[in-house]
Amino acid sequence: MALSKKTKEAFLGPLNANNPVLVQILGICSALAVTVQLKPAIVMGVSVTIIVAMSNVVVSLIRNTIPTRIRIIIQLVVVAALVTIVSEVLKAFAYDVAMQLSVYLGLIITNCILMGRLEAFAMTNNVKDSFMDGLGNGLGYSWILVVVAFVRELLGSGKLFGYQIIPDSWYIANGGFYDNCGMMLMPAMALILVGCIIWAHRAINDKEEKK
Amino acid sequence: MEKLYQLWKKFGKNFEEGGKLHNLSSFYDAFDTFLFTPQTTARRLGAQIHDGSDSKRTMILVVLALVPALLFGMFNVGYQHLLATGELVRGGMTAALWWKAFGFGLLAVLPYIIVSYAVGLGIEFCVAQYKHEEVAEGFLVTGFLIPLIVPINTPLWMVAVATAFAVIFAKEVFGGTGYNIFNVALITRAFLFFAYPTQMTGDNAFIRTDGTWGWDGGKTMVDGFTGATPLTQVATTTETNLMPVDFWTAMNGLIPGSVGETCVWAILLGGCLLIVTGVASWKTMLSVFVGGGVTAWLFNQFGPDTAAAHLPWYMHLVLGGFAFGAVFMATDPVTSARTECGKWIYGLLIGFMAIVIRVLNPGYPEGMMLAILLMNAVAPFIDWCVVQANIRKRERRAVESQKSKVESQKGGAL
Repeated sequence: MALSKKTKEAFLGPLNANNPVLVQILGICSALAVTVQLKPAIVMGVSVTIIVAMSNVVVSLIRNTIPTRIRIIIQLVVVAALVTIVSEVLKAFAYDVAMQLSVYLGLIITNCILMGRLEAFAMTNNVKDSFMDGLGNGLGYSWILVVVAFVRELLGSGKLFGYQIIPDSWYIANGGFYDNCGMMLMPAMALILVGCIIWAHRAINDKEEKK
Repeated sequence: MEKLYQLWKKFGKNFEEGGKLHNLSSFYDAFDTFLFTPQTTARRLGAQIHDGSDSKRTMILVVLALVPALLFGMFNVGYQHLLATGELVRGGMTAALWWKAFGFGLLAVLPYIIVSYAVGLGIEFCVAQYKHEEVAEGFLVTGFLIPLIVPINTPLWMVAVATAFAVIFAKEVFGGTGYNIFNVALITRAFLFFAYPTQMTGDNAFIRTDGTWGWDGGKTMVDGFTGATPLTQVATTTETNLMPVDFWTAMNGLIPGSVGETCVWAILLGGCLLIVTGVASWKTMLSVFVGGGVTAWLFNQFGPDTAAAHLPWYMHLVLGGFAFGAVFMATDPVTSARTECGKWIYGLLIGFMAIVIRVLNPGYPEGMMLAILLMNAVAPFIDWCVVQANIRKRERRAVESQKSKVESQKGGAL
């Protein structure tokens, strides 16, 4: 399947050069809230990816029939329906993760990335491009979540996916020298980590631009 | 100053070519730049700044002012160690034990100074190299403050991590020395406090029962000895009245606490040096004490029925990091308010916040660090308000004088 240049750009752009979190600084709140551990972060990332991609498709399909004056309400109804479906599925098949994500699952509906993509892209583009754009933005959001959650879970609890990575004998309580960094469990540190990623991202991209 | 300088120059003749101390001339040179460079002073005409003081000399003065607190802190570390291990009973001090206490404390505190300077200066040098700038002197004081405000049992690598965090995220990202919003040493402590709370509080954090470098180790705490700081005792007690130590004991400072914060005499000595040399503002210092004292007094009178609220107001001023914070942290010229009127407001609010945190939140027996950091954030706003108020005042004055002039002219015309 040969993809046109525009479709490719719609998918690849949000992963790096036009990343929703790193460049547009959207969706920060949930990035801070759900990244204490890897597992909920990944579930959150997948949920957002599915919802952005599907709502982009639906809105793109009906874009020519939506009256301009009430388009926001219609977009919201589409997103709300999808969020409800995803959250019901998660509650049925991954109850503990759904509980960990708590309100943030429902709050995907207010995620700036979603409305941004619907307004900026799906309303004016065909179904295929919209799908790829949604997929790209969802994944662009997800990989930041995963990186932040990786660092936070490893340094904050010494675990990955709930499994102890740092040996128990290292801990001060067991006579060792190491201790978990409690700062990592606080949202403030997630903000600083996102800042660091943005810093590195800009430094690398600036260098490439200069070449 | 001039006479001192002549004396110094005369002393310096010994180090010249052929002088008897020529081998040590590099030392003389180093101290010469340390103390007397730059030599450029303004001409003594009009309202100009006469002294050739630069930030390096200011920093050196602060370090000098911190020395009494450091020396006493070292002694106290050893003293608490001997008390905790039962080698010393109160009142049974001998010369041998005195030296042992000081030596033990010296060896215990020295690694913290080395780690803090090595990490902080290492980052400063790397950043300066990367930005092609000169290395700024800013870390000189910060590196000296950090060992003084951490509990003596904090693992060294934690101090290193916290120092690196503070220097990078509280200073370098804002543009380096002179541009930081928050006091870098306090950010180091705040990071330690929130990241590794189990190491920073509790009965064992402030007393070293283990040995230092293997010396005098392997001992356990004797029964009946409490290693909790007086403020922790006050915060955790269930009684409504508790006086853990009396006033003069707290002033003398032979109590558990962070290295440099316990002895109020040593801190006041350093504070006097800072005030006499004009490095720190006496207004800030005084207003912190006044704000804290008044707030604590109000809690004494009308506060809730807890031990912290009942603790006499003068005890609040001498326990914990209050005095140290007021003298060395609140007066940081970069992060405090700069307008003269703003300094009063800034200091009063620091004292107020510190006592409010201490009394109303038993989770934080010590409120000074959070109070100063909070006010650091507000200081530019205070300055802005003071400047705006002044502008408005002058504007009103100008308008009124203009009006009266016009009226008097009218009167003349009639």
